[in-house]
Amino acid sequence: MKVSYNWLKKYVELTDTPEALANKITLTGLEVDNVRHPAAGLKKIVVGWVKSVREHPNSDHLNICQVDVGEEAPIQIVCGAPNIAAGQKVIVALSGARIADNVKIKKGKLRGAVSNGMICALQEIGFSDAVTPQAYADGIYVLPADAKVGAPVYSYLGMDDAILDIEITPNRADALSMRGVAYEVAAEYGESVHFPEISLQEADKNVADVLSAKVTDEQDAPSYNLRVLENVAVKPSPLWLQRRLWNAGIRPINNVVDVTNLLMLDYGQPLHAFDYAKIGGHTIEVRRAEKDETLTTLDGKVRQLTPEDIVISNGEKALNLAGVMGGLDSEITAKTTTVVLEAAIFDAAHIRKTAQRYNLRSEASSRFEKGVNRATVITALDHAASLIAELGQGSVLKGRVAPTSVTPTPVKVQLTTEKTNQVLGTNLTSAEIKQTFQQLGFATTEKAGTFTVSVPPRRWDIHIAADLIEEVARIYGYEHLPATLPASATPGVLTAKQQLQRRLAATLEANGLDQALSYALTTPEKASAFQLGDSYPTKVSWPLSVDHTTLRMNLISGLLDDLAYNTARKQTNVALYEQGKVFLKADAKTARPKEAAYLAGAMTGDWQAAAWNQEAIPVDFYRIKGLVAAVLADFNLAEAPEYLATTRHQEMHPGRTADILIDNQIIGFVGQIHPRVAKQAHIAATYVFQLDLDHLATLAKKKVQYQPVSRYPAVTRDVALVVDQSVTNAALKVTINAHGGAYLTSVALFDVYAGRHIENGRKSMAYTLTYQNPQATLTDDQVNQAFAKVVAALQDEHGAKIR
Amino acid sequence: MTSLQDKLLALKQQGIKDIEKSADLKELNDIRVHLLGKKGPMTEILHGMRDLAKEERPAVGSFANKVRDNLTETLEQRKQELEAAKIEHQLAQEALDVTLPGTPVRSGAHHVIMQITETLEAIFLGMGFQVVSGYEVEEEKYNFEKLNIPKNHPARDMQDTFYINNDILMRTHMSPDEARELEKHDFSQGPLKMISPGRVYRRDTDDATHSHQFFQMEGQYIGKHVTMADLKGTLTFAMRKLFGADREIRFRPSYFPFTEPSVEVDISCFNCDGSGCEVCKQSGWIEVLGAGMTHPNVLKAAGVDPDVYGGFAFGLGIDRFAMLKYGINDIRQFYQNDVRFLRQFKQA
Ligand SMILES: [Zn+2]
Repeated sequence: MKVSYNWLKKYVELTDTPEALANKITLTGLEVDNVRHPAAGLKKIVVGWVKSVREHPNSDHLNICQVDVGEEAPIQIVCGAPNIAAGQKVIVALSGARIADNVKIKKGKLRGAVSNGMICALQEIGFSDAVTPQAYADGIYVLPADAKVGAPVYSYLGMDDAILDIEITPNRADALSMRGVAYEVAAEYGESVHFPEISLQEADKNVADVLSAKVTDEQDAPSYNLRVLENVAVKPSPLWLQRRLWNAGIRPINNVVDVTNLLMLDYGQPLHAFDYAKIGGHTIEVRRAEKDETLTTLDGKVRQLTPEDIVISNGEKALNLAGVMGGLDSEITAKTTTVVLEAAIFDAAHIRKTAQRYNLRSEASSRFEKGVNRATVITALDHAASLIAELGQGSVLKGRVAPTSVTPTPVKVQLTTEKTNQVLGTNLTSAEIKQTFQQLGFATTEKAGTFTVSVPPRRWDIHIAADLIEEVARIYGYEHLPATLPASATPGVLTAKQQLQRRLAATLEANGLDQALSYALTTPEKASAFQLGDSYPTKVSWPLSVDHTTLRMNLISGLLDDLAYNTARKQTNVALYEQGKVFLKADAKTARPKEAAYLAGAMTGDWQAAAWNQEAIPVDFYRIKGLVAAVLADFNLAEAPEYLATTRHQEMHPGRTADILIDNQIIGFVGQIHPRVAKQAHIAATYVFQLDLDHLATLAKKKVQYQPVSRYPAVTRDVALVVDQSVTNAALKVTINAHGGAYLTSVALFDVYAGRHIENGRKSMAYTLTYQNPQATLTDDQVNQAFAKVVAALQDEHGAKIR
Repeated sequence: MTSLQDKLLALKQQGIKDIEKSADLKELNDIRVHLLGKKGPMTEILHGMRDLAKEERPAVGSFANKVRDNLTETLEQRKQELEAAKIEHQLAQEALDVTLPGTPVRSGAHHVIMQITETLEAIFLGMGFQVVSGYEVEEEKYNFEKLNIPKNHPARDMQDTFYINNDILMRTHMSPDEARELEKHDFSQGPLKMISPGRVYRRDTDDATHSHQFFQMEGQYIGKHVTMADLKGTLTFAMRKLFGADREIRFRPSYFPFTEPSVEVDISCFNCDGSGCEVCKQSGWIEVLGAGMTHPNVLKAAGVDPDVYGGFAFGLGIDRFAMLKYGINDIRQFYQNDVRFLRQFKQA
């Protein structure tokens, strides 16, 4: 709401500057976004009188004007406006003037003719196109004939005003009106409001003789009121009215439409004017639109209506989208003489939906949505009728047509001093509380510490005690409330799961991965890729972009998006991880997915960049597998993870991917993404892992139990064996451990080799076996015997040849 | 003075000269062997003792011993000198250019959103709040109905929502967690003090200042004697912890459907200290929190008696805090994960 300081001043005594007022309003109730001084930055712009106009000899569109600007002699100005004419009072920017956008006006020559200034259009002194009257949209502005030559133009155009742009929260729609703001400001300063009296002269002719109306469903229009004016001369409004409109951001159109807009600003009550002659009937009906009914709205668009729309009809066809936009057919034009004026309350929910459906948010519809003051529907109508009659020399027919109406009554709310202080943490006295209600203009009675407050209809946001407590708090001033720190409590602690998540982050970051946060909404393809299990997707029903339609069921796709983003920007060595939710559904019917916490990582390029003292080390499968081991170590699981080669993940390299199992349950996978997928994503070879954190959290933990460190020496034996390529490390280790005997404490792989000296299809694997007896020194014989059993088993079970 | 003594003296003088001239340990050793060895001049001179008169022998013998000791001592001293020089030379050879870069050790950056989140968590944990987390896909009743936002409520205009179906949606704020905790909490065990940070969704087109996904934190403190003064004290403390002890904190009225009275919290601009700049849009103030006293309807919806219990709730945008704190001007950067962006916040 753009509030004119000068207009407000007519309703409330104001001594503060606009800026001080804005600060007070912001701290007490409504947020003032900014204060605009329309004349700020402008200089030397005065009223000029065009004495003569002659064509420029060297131009077909320029004119040379002699303009009286109140100096000894007229000045010469070259002007290109098509509507310039002798005798006009115009806006003159003198030499040395500053106009809009900080442009300086200097003396000069235009095609050989001296020009000592500039005759201005409204836009050139800062008006927006949206508020400039149509007649002056493409030319200079013409001031009223009585404007004083040589005087600054600002006061004529309302530019000496200050405009407070107030943001209205949904509960304070009462402040979408000058009167509402006046009440608010009066309450904040402890002042009173004063509004001018309305004097409505009615003709003898009864309105009922020319018009009748009905409302089909009272819920749709609980209050519906019409007046009729005859013999109205439609013409431009006087300047005082136009000023108020354009300072509020509304374009002046004609006296009838302007009055409806002015009084909407004044009361917050939207009003509509129809041309009686074009209604085509003498009956007005408020009803729902028929299926397939159409209406051409004021903006010239044909609207296909639905039975959810409330329309105003002439008994046959729709004239208006009620409360949202008028129809083109019944619009007020210069030829209109009989005017039907409408003031109503329409159902907020229907107005909101209709406005949304046709994307027609207007000043009127937004007020109906948020509510209007039930006490001033009729007042606004009568005020409008009297003002149109005055400005258009028309007569107001006697009476109103009002098929529905409301009786506004104050709402009574009870409140105790005790409760007020209990909520606010204050020690306010009953008198202080009463004082704030007085300032607000709420009639109050008090009985034994309990107030009964009569809240007038203009404050329809107040229903319960808490609402009144807010009024007390803000009028008293939030800044005056005490500030206390609640008595010190025992500090909170993170849950085990929260602590684990932080530990995992620390492990991954210590190992060089940057933490990423990707989008959870993605494409259906990306959402479904890289799944651990087999889930149905969850889609939002009305997405905004094809890139964000479906909830992710994996974290890797997001990380690949991130890698692609980095790769496109020449960042090729990237390792990222993400902790976050995935959204899983066991069947298509379920609407609400299960949310599972996952952890994933993705690495591409060099793990270790080349440096002056070392070669680059590219990321590979075993690097990321090692990282997974470090991550799993944070879980301290009782069972060791098992890595099973798998081809089940379509997006993964079939020969370089392993499912990770613990206790025979798949808790994740690790591997290289399929080169086809990498190519599609425009990224280089990339290795990824993904773990189901929620699942991991449920698995048995290892008990930490101290074991004495053996005082007796450990003995090692190395074995190198040649086996078929298909024999895995895991299989060999199973054999070694199974036959290792009681003193085998560890098995460490130290070499894998295939190539020269090894026959094709075979490979050499070398292990160090460590033996130790915690109770005694092992003898060579004991170790040799145990070792021989292992060797025999390897030969036996794997066809191993010992090297 | 016998001629033997003269010879010894000459030997000593020549010997010391040679020792001092020796350039390395090998040369020194050769000198030692030459001087004191079995076939050396010393032995030879001592052989001449046999020709001396008996009474002369002790004096000459003693003299010879002195010369020998003297030479031995000089040899030892020179040996130490040469050894020290050798080590010094070796160390000089081993000298490095210490300004060459160290071998890189890789370490990753914590996402700036998580850093802000964890800083806030630490502040509120210290004040006895617990950290909870709920669902990103929520039931409409927890996102709206139970928060005093019925259907057709104008406040729903403020939130454009991703719906899954009529009843299920992507949470638009962290308030559902508050509603759920309020419903669950056993007030016989004391007040409810919780914060809930997390990812929220709005039907917004992504641009520099809008994101369809971002992070918020909400919190509430509900008990028997919790007042608006407690709200002011708690939030003042938290904001000063986060933005600096010298920040002015301003509370002003606002509107949220789930609180009454409602509060907007501003801090004095840390960029210009209140004089007006780009960051604060010339106002001197920066909006950081929405808060208020929990609306009685919210308490009732959770089965909590508003006549007995009450308290405050608050909410803030973590992305916004990060943008303010570090002067980040494009919210999309948080979710693009450009490593050149992520790694800037490693120290923070
Ligand atoms: Zn600033």
